[in-house]
Amino acid sequence: MRNNSEPTIFDLSSVGRNGYQLPESDVRGSEFPTEFAREDLAFPELSEQDVVRHYSRLSALNYHVDKGLYPLGSCTMKYNPKISEKTARLDGFTQLHPLQPTETVQGALFLIYDLQHILSEISGFTACSLVPAAGAQGEFCGVKMIAAHHAYKKQHQRKVMLIPDSAHGTNPATSAMCGYECMPVKTDSRGNIDLEDLASKCNKELAGIMITLPNTLGLFDENILKATAMVHKSGGLVYGDGANMNALLGIAWLSDLGFDVMHYNLHKTFSTPHGGGGPGAGAVCCNRLLEPYLPGPICEMIEEGTKDEPPFYGLYSPERTIGMVKAFYGHFTVLVRAYTYLRVLGANGLRRVAEYAALNANYLMQALKKTYPLPYDRTCIHEFVLDIKWEDAPDIRALDVAKRLMDFGYHPPTNYFPLIVHESLMIEPTETENKRTLDEFIEAMNSIAEDARHAPEMLRKAPSETPFGRMDEVKAARDLKLTA
Amino acid sequence: MYIPHSEAERDEMLAAIGIDKIDALFEAVPEKFRFPNLRLDPGRSEYEVELELKDIAKANLTVDEIPCFLGAGAYKHIIPAAVDAIISRSEFYTAYTPYQPEISQGTLQSIFEFQTLIARLTGMEAANASHYDGATACAEAGILALHHHRGKRSKILVSAGLNPMYRSTMRTYLQDLDGTKAESPQVMKKISEVSPDSLIEAIDEDTSLVMIQVPDFFGQIWDYSALVKAAHEKGALVAVCANPIALALLKSPGSMDADIVVGEGQPLGMPLSFGGPYLGFFAVRKELVRKMSGRIVGETVDARGQRGYVLTLTAREQHIRREKATSNICSNQGLNALTAAVYMSLMGKKGMQEVAQQCYEKAHYAARKISKIRGYKIVSHTPFFHEFAVRCPIPAFEVDEMLLNHGILG
Repeated sequence: MRNNSEPTIFDLSSVGRNGYQLPESDVRGSEFPTEFAREDLAFPELSEQDVVRHYSRLSALNYHVDKGLYPLGSCTMKYNPKISEKTARLDGFTQLHPLQPTETVQGALFLIYDLQHILSEISGFTACSLVPAAGAQGEFCGVKMIAAHHAYKKQHQRKVMLIPDSAHGTNPATSAMCGYECMPVKTDSRGNIDLEDLASKCNKELAGIMITLPNTLGLFDENILKATAMVHKSGGLVYGDGANMNALLGIAWLSDLGFDVMHYNLHKTFSTPHGGGGPGAGAVCCNRLLEPYLPGPICEMIEEGTKDEPPFYGLYSPERTIGMVKAFYGHFTVLVRAYTYLRVLGANGLRRVAEYAALNANYLMQALKKTYPLPYDRTCIHEFVLDIKWEDAPDIRALDVAKRLMDFGYHPPTNYFPLIVHESLMIEPTETENKRTLDEFIEAMNSIAEDARHAPEMLRKAPSETPFGRMDEVKAARDLKLTA
Repeated sequence: MYIPHSEAERDEMLAAIGIDKIDALFEAVPEKFRFPNLRLDPGRSEYEVELELKDIAKANLTVDEIPCFLGAGAYKHIIPAAVDAIISRSEFYTAYTPYQPEISQGTLQSIFEFQTLIARLTGMEAANASHYDGATACAEAGILALHHHRGKRSKILVSAGLNPMYRSTMRTYLQDLDGTKAESPQVMKKISEVSPDSLIEAIDEDTSLVMIQVPDFFGQIWDYSALVKAAHEKGALVAVCANPIALALLKSPGSMDADIVVGEGQPLGMPLSFGGPYLGFFAVRKELVRKMSGRIVGETVDARGQRGYVLTLTAREQHIRREKATSNICSNQGLNALTAAVYMSLMGKKGMQEVAQQCYEKAHYAARKISKIRGYKIVSHTPFFHEFAVRCPIPAFEVDEMLLNHGILG
């Protein structure tokens, strides 16, 4: 059988080959001092074409959104509009030094200002910081803001952060980084926060709760108003994990539902590309209570415009800010992409996103529940969770179904998350998939369900049609080889 | 926009679900809060939005239009055209995190190559798949050191020569960790206080990490071997925040016995982009690999015996360990790591060293010329790398204003 491995860039190197050109220096005459100079630098030597071909061949080994359906629950792998790539590459955005005088970057500052406003409006909140580099950092900022507020109010006994047992792993990790003790809250039989369990944990040690809405089962919590009111009543604050905001655009304001602060994942909800794992961007929005703690720099209008002069924008950090969380102002060219997308969509387009995300998810759910166990059987919003537990195919696990889907040309759904469903497959089609794609996916899933009974080895040895088979992960961790 | 269904298809799907209007899918949302009226402009065509963005872009003055002498953690370098051509391939930029290695070898192998290049550049044994930027990489170095000492050492010594934004970020990250405090013992008043030797006496039995920058914030290059030795004698770790272009010429921090090497990878092929997205690189000695946060790619074989790569040591990470994870980070700067790998592959040893050498020459040429102007004094000591501090006869911001009037970003 053909070996599909690509040689490493180091394997391809040949001494003396050259892939760069630089202008000649016209100011020679300064020698780097030898006592500080290194002896060797074991970098590859290749021509430009060598490098281009190597990475082009590697790229062909990737699955990606432009190739096909990516039903990854909670990751919102939707189509990334090409116009956003074009605008993000305008010289007027890429060729700006972050420390230029503000009068030379008024366009960039306006864009930040307007995006802060748009994201606040979508959440119903009054303020926004675009600084956080990713969702996890946005969470970190939000929880730090809650901590800073309790510290300001001298509520030092508030040490506990509540986290529903369906939450993302980042929630407990973030709380721990902010010095909090994490306490889980149970999920009830309808997939909502268990109010009785919540009540037993609301006391004067409560700092707050981190809620994902819709939750990671794809369900809108029917107890949300009661839950947030209970937390507020005992002096806690409510954090909104915005991972699933694609489901709520124009559908509800988190501010109305009792949340105090939230983050967005711009790479999910506002369709900036995932880039094979980043860069993302994680804006934080909040109400007036928490506004003084936002991470800066934030953009503000310093002078209103007149009919001859445009407004003048500047940067500031709020008075009791949690401090800097990274250098400069956020992932600016990611912000340009999100802004482009939002301007194309507008208010009407945003609500359609959420509506069609919900339509696609419910359509898939109704079709798949005929062949797959659905542990929480009620209208979902943008995603749903199956539980791979068949009595007549007891050895088949979620992992097997996931891997077999690759043979049908699909990226597998999120599996083994949320943790409350043991053999979970979490499916989020997003609004950008058409009916034909969904129907083909349903067919593939049905055919896999059939094979699970009659040809289970097809699942267990999957994938067999992909350029690579299952990887030996135990070997990777045992014989650690992290460099060539 | 971007929603493919025809009305007929939509109706068919509604019928399959058993409802007649999409609104019915949102009945769990409290009625009085359902469908708020967003006070935003209506959507516009792609073409109109493109014109609008071009107008916004035009309201900025770019470093292509006038010479730019700004540095301080973000640098304009020549970027080969092939870099953007490769990272613009949608096979790379529209891919997800490579959790499914069978269909993600492109991303995984390029990260593995990135890790290797960073390890070789820094002289360390291992590197991760990247952090958000230089600032957060410094903060994560602090967290690693505190975990390494299992909470028994609470102090982190931060050199006054570390970029002030990085120091600030470290403070934000470290201040709430149980029983720890990040200390910044020197204030950036006198440039003479920046030397690594001045840190030595502050190291004590409670010091978990000494954090320095090379070249430092003022561009200065130091011999920090005595500092490393002193820190190790007291049982503290040493982290070096390094400029990756400078490392092409400088003795590697690994050869100087550093435990952790971090830095801002933006100079490796990324445009300035008004501050981001950039790339935090993070490299360590072998013994610290399991304490390093962030994604790590390792080599292995697949079921057919082919060489391949996977995300490994995931038991450190938030999706497995939750509140006991080494960090809450769950992404890496995937596309930026690819950018850096492509840049370093194109430049090779010779190109990297040529870039560094030219930066060095040009900075020293400018410093020689400026020092001859009456009233200006170069305050960074030699050798400095590609930036230096100047004391001006009038307030610096006034000099900058006048430079801008002359069409120069000072």
